Amino acid sequence: MKARVHVTLKNGVLDPQGKAIGHSLNRLGFPEVGDVRQGKFIELELAETDKEKARQRLDEMCRKLLANTVIENYSIELVG
Amino acid sequence: MKAAVLVFPGSNREGDVAQAIELVTGRRPQMVWHGDGDFEKTDLIVVPGGFSYGDYLRCGAMAAQSPVMAEVKRRAAKGVPVLAICNGFQIVTEAGLLPGTLMRNQNLKFVCADVHLKVESSQSLFTNRYQAGQVIRVPVAHAEGNYFADDDTLKRLEDRGQVAFRYCAPDGTVDGTGNPNGSVRNIAGVFNETKTVMGLMPHPENAIEPMFGGCDGKALFEGLVEALT
Repeated sequence: MKARVHVTLKNGVLDPQGKAIGHSLNRLGFPEVGDVRQGKFIELELAETDKEKARQRLDEMCRKLLANTVIENYSIELVG
Repeated sequence: MKAAVLVFPGSNREGDVAQAIELVTGRRPQMVWHGDGDFEKTDLIVVPGGFSYGDYLRCGAMAAQSPVMAEVKRRAAKGVPVLAICNGFQIVTEAGLLPGTLMRNQNLKFVCADVHLKVESSQSLFTNRYQAGQVIRVPVAHAEGNYFADDDTLKRLEDRGQVAFRYCAPDGTVDGTGNPNGSVRNIAGVFNETKTVMGLMPHPENAIEPMFGGCDGKALFEGLVEALT
């Protein structure tokens, strides 16, 4: 099965890259853009058929490597 | 004092720190490759600067999971001193040896400049040759040196005297002007609880010869020799 992991900065953690992207979009003629937060998207192929097990393992992967939980949140999505 | 300097794919300051150690000890440190989980016992372990694993995923995230770091964690737990500089600081925070993390610089720029640091405490292996409150000048060179920790962690660090250095103005004033990267509370370096692990973003190993603009970093290595020999 395939899994998608989104890693985002926690609320309250300053995101200067998101800010710079927002400013650029404003300058490019998109004044409707307000706050921008940038994150990471990671797609993983898993040799696992049990969704519950896959979720547990992914949670462990996120905590151990994929996210830095000091500043980042993560969300897990299972596909197929 | 016997020292080991770790080398990861992408490290680039290992030679500088090895030279600094050789200058004060007269002895070349042992260079230890990242895949080496069992290296000779030493009095000090240095995690040097650079761009380990190309900064993939997050600075230091990959190196923190390497075989050599698993061994460094075991030795640090037994009290073996660890000095972590720049990318090394990022690696040891990712490895959980020091609290907090290093984020992208607030102005999004790579900063390469001399900075002033206020020594917060002389009561450690690393800072015993300095005086508390002393201002030193050393270079920084990084894009991800913006120290961050949550409020509870910061309170704990302050209460236990775990802040080693703060960025400051040349006269020692700690405010926004001397802060090159947006670090919370101007924090440039921190200790672990037992003050046997220290991480800092600036490069003391590049301030050891007058020819290169100053020697304020040399006392850090001399202090280590005095404490560990």
